[in-house]
Amino acid sequence: MDATAAIAITPASQPGRVRATQEAPWIRRALIGTALLFLTLFLFIPLVSVFYEGLKKGVDVYFASLVEADAVSAIKLTLITAAIAVPLNLVFGVAAAWAIAKFEFRGKNLLITLIDVPFSVSPVIAGLIYVLIFGLQGWLGPWLYEHDIKIIFAVPGIVLATVFITFPFIARELIPLMQAQGTEEEEAAVVLGANGWQTFFRVTLPNIKWGLLYGAILCNARAMGEFGAVSVVSGHIRGSTNTMPLHVEILYNEYNFAAAFAVASLLAVLALVTLALKSVVEGRTAASREQGHDHRSA
Amino acid sequence: MAATFRQHSVLPGFNLALGFTLLYLSLIVLLPLSAAFIRTAELSWPEFWAIVTTPRVVASYRLTFGASLAAALVNALFGLLVAWVLVRYRFPGKRIIDALVDLPFALPTAVAGIALTSLYAANGWIGRLFEPFGIKIAFTPLGVFVALTFIGLPFVVRTVQPVLEDMESELEEAAATLGASRWQTFGRVIFPTIFPALLTGFALAFARAVGEYGSVIFIAGNMPMVSEITPLLIITKLEQYDYAGATALAVVMLVISFVLLLLINLLQWWSRRRAA
Repeated sequence: MDATAAIAITPASQPGRVRATQEAPWIRRALIGTALLFLTLFLFIPLVSVFYEGLKKGVDVYFASLVEADAVSAIKLTLITAAIAVPLNLVFGVAAAWAIAKFEFRGKNLLITLIDVPFSVSPVIAGLIYVLIFGLQGWLGPWLYEHDIKIIFAVPGIVLATVFITFPFIARELIPLMQAQGTEEEEAAVVLGANGWQTFFRVTLPNIKWGLLYGAILCNARAMGEFGAVSVVSGHIRGSTNTMPLHVEILYNEYNFAAAFAVASLLAVLALVTLALKSVVEGRTAASREQGHDHRSA
Repeated sequence: MAATFRQHSVLPGFNLALGFTLLYLSLIVLLPLSAAFIRTAELSWPEFWAIVTTPRVVASYRLTFGASLAAALVNALFGLLVAWVLVRYRFPGKRIIDALVDLPFALPTAVAGIALTSLYAANGWIGRLFEPFGIKIAFTPLGVFVALTFIGLPFVVRTVQPVLEDMESELEEAAATLGASRWQTFGRVIFPTIFPALLTGFALAFARAVGEYGSVIFIAGNMPMVSEITPLLIITKLEQYDYAGATALAVVMLVISFVLLLLINLLQWWSRRRAA
């Protein structure tokens, strides 16, 4: 007993003891310095340069590039796309997590792997597969043409490609969270006479709300910023099928750098807001996950 | 009938939830992906082989996989360093830096692409420093490597960080007590523990880099045989209405992605078993 107590006290309290499991100060400083240099070269300077280049020609040029008609229509299309893609994937994420986390069935691991597939597919291929189906030479192309329905080089194609790219975000966040929380609370609600929807909205949803929000934030950031997949199906029609990232590309290729970086800076602000929200919500998710563990062990 | 397929539960909604999940998964992901394979099956094997092995295509594989491998290796090394520094040391601004590590996940790739291009071009802030030595970064294969390093940066940090945080200090103390130097402790105690996570992060960064398009096309210069990545070649073929060619290349990329996905799943499974 005495021996274990003595060992437990030693680590933090005696400086001489601690040194054996730490690095010398100069090594520590060198490591921190190298890490920061790497992050500065590859992260911080690129981030700062977006704003610098956008504002280089003055605030007037900056705001003029944001309120110009094509920019406004690109911003609108980006918002519409995210407003459709995020709720769709949210409903899917909840349904998939409910089936996977609350029930035991065969083929579950295969299903989880299949949900992850869009993460490992190149964005260009994500766009291509919809062209193969809905494009003029695609399976449904002739039929769609006869009925005058446009999917490729139109808004529906952009939405579809975005849904594909952001498909796993919310499901991936919810599945481990709901698995950790177990099924006891829902079972209690059902035994007490609640129906399925009541159980979900009053018991499950309050438990997963932070995880759901976290997934939705990540999903939204990717939906608004997707470039490759959308680029394949969009057709780049100014003022009509251009999203913000595509608008950035067009301006850049026209050597209109100030305007390109101005629109890009809006997307960079979106990224920073996403990161800020993410770190706020991350704390809450960790808390609710711990709660889940407590319920399980109790 | 359902009883053999799943275990009994008092909770409702299984059929609805699983039914919707499978329908949505099939419509959005599985059916469209199968289109690529079915369209390619229209080609005969020699035709397919001829398309995916032309010199220009092979050069694009070499660049895509070479640059992705180099970027993932650099990210493994520096990602480990960043994770170590963030977990073990205290310094000003640490929380903000920790949050900013995820920037490449959140920043649209087109924005990253134009920012890196303007920085690493011969007259850019960073490119200017290399210009006197005759090193050109933007519009060369080196630029592709820079973009892919940016894109893959968070993966290793975020896979290694939690493992380092969970590591019991007793092990290191025991090693030190037994007379191990700091380097020996790192090499024999710490590194073996974090190795599966490091490998997983490396594989994730590599897989992401192989498919990357948005950030690369701005900085690459896109010269055939020199700085043209495979995803760009797919788009080029598509724009020339060469659907068969584009789809054949896509199938090659898809098969490689699926092998990588399988490998990553195995690595994560191994990593969890080691941690348990």
